[in-house]
Amino acid sequence: MSIASTNRMTPYLFLAPAGLVLAFALFYPICYMIYASFLDWNPSQRIGEAEFVGLRNYFKLFSDDAFRESMGVTLKFAAVVVTIEMFLGVGLALLLDRNIRGMSVLRTLFILPMMIAPIVVGLMWRYMYHPTVGIFNKTLKSWGFDGIPWLSDGSWAFASVVIADVWQWTPFIFILSLAALQSLPASAIEASRIDGASGWQQILYIKLPLMLPVLIVTLLLRLIDSFKVLEVILVMTNGGPGLSTEILSLRINRTASEFRELGEAAAMSNLLLIVLLILTFTMFIYNKAQDARAARLRAVEEEV
Amino acid sequence: MSTQTYDRQNPAFYALLITLVIMAIGPIYLMLTTSLKLNIDIMSDSSSLLFMPTLRNYETALCDFLWYEPEHLRRCDPTFGRALTNSLIIGLISTAITLIIGTMAAYALVRFRFMGRDVVSIWTLMMRMVPPAVLLVPVFGIWTFQFGIDGSRGGIILVYVALNLPFVIWILQSFIVQVPIQLEEAARMDGAGPFQVFFLVVLPLIKPGIAAASIFTFRVAWNEFLLANALSDRNSRTVPVTIVNSLTEFDIDWGVIMATGMLLAIPPIIFTFVASRQIITGMTAGAVKG
Repeated sequence: MSIASTNRMTPYLFLAPAGLVLAFALFYPICYMIYASFLDWNPSQRIGEAEFVGLRNYFKLFSDDAFRESMGVTLKFAAVVVTIEMFLGVGLALLLDRNIRGMSVLRTLFILPMMIAPIVVGLMWRYMYHPTVGIFNKTLKSWGFDGIPWLSDGSWAFASVVIADVWQWTPFIFILSLAALQSLPASAIEASRIDGASGWQQILYIKLPLMLPVLIVTLLLRLIDSFKVLEVILVMTNGGPGLSTEILSLRINRTASEFRELGEAAAMSNLLLIVLLILTFTMFIYNKAQDARAARLRAVEEEV
Repeated sequence: MSTQTYDRQNPAFYALLITLVIMAIGPIYLMLTTSLKLNIDIMSDSSSLLFMPTLRNYETALCDFLWYEPEHLRRCDPTFGRALTNSLIIGLISTAITLIIGTMAAYALVRFRFMGRDVVSIWTLMMRMVPPAVLLVPVFGIWTFQFGIDGSRGGIILVYVALNLPFVIWILQSFIVQVPIQLEEAARMDGAGPFQVFFLVVLPLIKPGIAAASIFTFRVAWNEFLLANALSDRNSRTVPVTIVNSLTEFDIDWGVIMATGMLLAIPPIIFTFVASRQIITGMTAGAVKG
């Protein structure tokens, strides 16, 4: 082999192992799933034996009240947690963006909830919400109140799940917005201070608008991740009581393992994937637009 | 003596800080203390601050590894010990494989101009968004009926490698871009081949990136439940799977289960304290530039 041809092959040699794994263990399963969503298929059959039923799985899903409810729960959960986390996270970042001792320790402690296993997070919260041994009800009772049915009442269970998620993921928004704040141009903030802007005016008219691109990407990232939440809820409520906390990924898991309807589960996975793809594309296009805008601004500056 | 000076803040600010810290680590602290309590102490109504700490729950969970036989145990249940071994093997091997092939791919994507580079980049970004729940059905079907590797550690390792690769490639790209190309050109002048350049010049320079990527990869493999649950059999179960299995029983032994939870949480906690800077870099890469 000549040197020239080795050189031409090199990138492909470097890419080959990763490409093979991705093709066989990620890309192929996704294609397989799209195909499986058109089948009436249960786990004891080989896929070749499953009957092709066209779009029946999808029609069945859309006329299925349980699926619609679970879709509703998923959307409500995503909207609620992302809103609360954005407000809390950005608010805390604005508040704590100061030159203080021990900031790095604080950040380290804040990422702990994201690093430990979601299963363990669910376990801790389930223990804290426990009707008799849990710390919340123990405290309430020692103050003379009645205990709250944290996980056994539909709307309380939803709130409890939201609280646990807010605990786990607000630090993510906090850390991203803090990084954004600290990379803001000091000159702009200094100039506004000299012009006599108050703290609130600085935040509203200088800091937030400058942070906006980062905030939008953070929001999209968090939104995508909120559709992936599964283990915490599985451990805390397993979707119950009733269907009050059964988000879509839990429903997929149950449809596949309990109801043994692989075709229907695949159809559901497909719908979830489409939602996520739309969000990812939005993010991608937004990033591209931002880059283009930055390039244009630079070009204008150079002309002047 | 550090020369950095800090601004003085008012007391309310520090009160807020302390509240936040308590809120962030309170649940973890509660899990730790519960794992050190006997069941009588857990059930009692009295103050939860005064109790005799005991390692008994950890002895129950880890009885398989102990050189002595704990007196309070009538029969040793090896489930958890086995799961711990499985989790360690699966976590370490999948991390090693992911990093080796991930760095190579990231390097190719950054350094070589070849056809289809942009397409590959976009695909890696898209694949990053695929949640494990979406892979559940197809992976179960393919692993069982086509590859025949269900129920083995190898099968689980393969999914984790695939699941982590896009993220690893994506994050390492941002580190490789910063390696000065002159260094590589110099090495090539001295007669090094592309593989030598990669392993001897580039790899040592992107150590921080590799540290961040390996922590993220290990964490996913160590923490993941759904796919491990679908693909494992009795002998290849990982810790998260055993924890969830013991939860479905009606009567929960909170002391022991918190001890197992704590054992599962310890490695990520150690990583966080050792490498929080790298973790934050990994988290902010992509969203915050610079």
